[in-house]
Amino acid sequence: MRNKKEKIIETILMLCAAVSVLTTIGILWVLLSESSSFFSKVSLKDFLTDTEWTPLFAEKHFGILPLIAGTMLTTFIAIVIALPTGLSIAIYLNEYAPKKFRKVVKPLLEVLAAIPTVVYGYFALMVVTPFLQKFIPDMAGFNALSPGIVMGIMIIPIISSLSEDALYSVPKALREASYGMGATRLQTAFKVLVPAATSGITVSIILAISRAIGETMIVAIAAGQQPRLTLNPLVPIETITTYIVQVSLGDVVQGSLEYQTIFAAGIALFALTFVLNNISYFIKKKFQEKYE
Amino acid sequence: MAKLDAEKVNVYYGDHHIIKDVNLSIQENTVTAFIGPSGCGKSTFLRLLNRMNDYIENFKKTGDILIDGGDIYDKKVRVEDLRKRVGMVFQKPNPFPKSIYENVVYGLRIQGIKDKSKLDAVVENSLKKVALWGEVKDKLQQSALALSGGQQQRLCIARTLAVEPTIILMDEPASALDPISSAKIEDLISELKENFTIIIVTHNMQQASRVSDKTAFFYLGELVEFGDTDQIFTKPVKELTQNYITGRFG
Repeated sequence: MRNKKEKIIETILMLCAAVSVLTTIGILWVLLSESSSFFSKVSLKDFLTDTEWTPLFAEKHFGILPLIAGTMLTTFIAIVIALPTGLSIAIYLNEYAPKKFRKVVKPLLEVLAAIPTVVYGYFALMVVTPFLQKFIPDMAGFNALSPGIVMGIMIIPIISSLSEDALYSVPKALREASYGMGATRLQTAFKVLVPAATSGITVSIILAISRAIGETMIVAIAAGQQPRLTLNPLVPIETITTYIVQVSLGDVVQGSLEYQTIFAAGIALFALTFVLNNISYFIKKKFQEKYE
Repeated sequence: MAKLDAEKVNVYYGDHHIIKDVNLSIQENTVTAFIGPSGCGKSTFLRLLNRMNDYIENFKKTGDILIDGGDIYDKKVRVEDLRKRVGMVFQKPNPFPKSIYENVVYGLRIQGIKDKSKLDAVVENSLKKVALWGEVKDKLQQSALALSGGQQQRLCIARTLAVEPTIILMDEPASALDPISSAKIEDLISELKENFTIIIVTHNMQQASRVSDKTAFFYLGELVEFGDTDQIFTKPVKELTQNYITGRFG
């Protein structure tokens, strides 16, 4: 009787685990099958080299580059904002802040990640853009800069929180060795702690990049939804995710080529984040036990 | 004049009274051993001397500690400058995850010294002083973590010597090492005495009697007895000391 019960529980648990794996496989399958019919009509070469993305226009172009450029541009801006801020916060919390302060501030910071992204989107459009236009008059109402900055704010806690964990796990003995040599706290942080925590910090950056690449709402609202191959942050652009939303909300016919572009864009996105996640996994594994 | 003077030193962590009214005077170019059971305050007292306790929350100290006649807890003293004068070697070897070379020059780099020939000279000198030069001179750029425990500890001592302190504090420097490595560290201590004032915390009675000139016995935060090592180990004045060194408790 008891044995039977155990068996049932075990099976249920296994099924739960299987659900997440099956979902991933299902998503991959849909992506691959739909995009394979896309690639039977559009050559991979055009997809990767054409500099225009106009599947919904009369004259159709299917170059993914403008969307990738848009994604990279907003992501780059976000990281430029989030990395120095997040790392400074991590170092401050770890090295300088009193324990009580750290206990209060760390969860508060993580709230940043819990704000609905639609709120961030309107914050970018209605607050940040008008503010920036005061200093940069020829900036368009929709642009890459403002959602990029706001996205950067959103991913600060990913970097600060994970980097802080990484700094925290650097052995106390190394810290003391550095202090004992007459190093200041700042020197200790940058010459000993950050190098020793490099793997954890790198992982946090990659996760933040993944998050920024996959972010949809902020860019959909504030970046303009105009695919354009440019690195100019002041003009409207479109990211991969935004394009998927745009087409999904429109009235394209299911099964049409326009419809299949969603999956082609989707697979490009999937490939980007998949590669990044694997790099972070690799770094984590490779450097994990180095200093223990 | 004494190299180091402690006058009526008390230490509190919050409500805990860790060090009680300690007076102690240490002469230049001597080796002083701090002995006593775990939790007796000897490590805490050692760490007072280069202000390693400063970052501990709720830490409070009263009384004065003078080195070369100057109060090291004076507001005008930069704790970083103090630690260049008072070096420290820790219980577990703690080289940085950097090359052997970078470990030795760390203290000079943070002082902003960039002159390559000077750094090279310091590396060779410091490693020779700890008898490590011959073993590592061909692999200075390799990671310090690849060295054995005993070699790592000697590297840590070399790293401390590189900034030319006058006092070296050692917190059970050989307790994590095998007997042979441990013996090498002891030999080293006797040699370093020529040029440095050394204070060593140890659990090992034999070690204390072998390497030190003076011995201080701590118990429950008090300095029970302080005197010549020979006297402490052969005819201690206090019964408590007698009981401890003969292994009746501890």
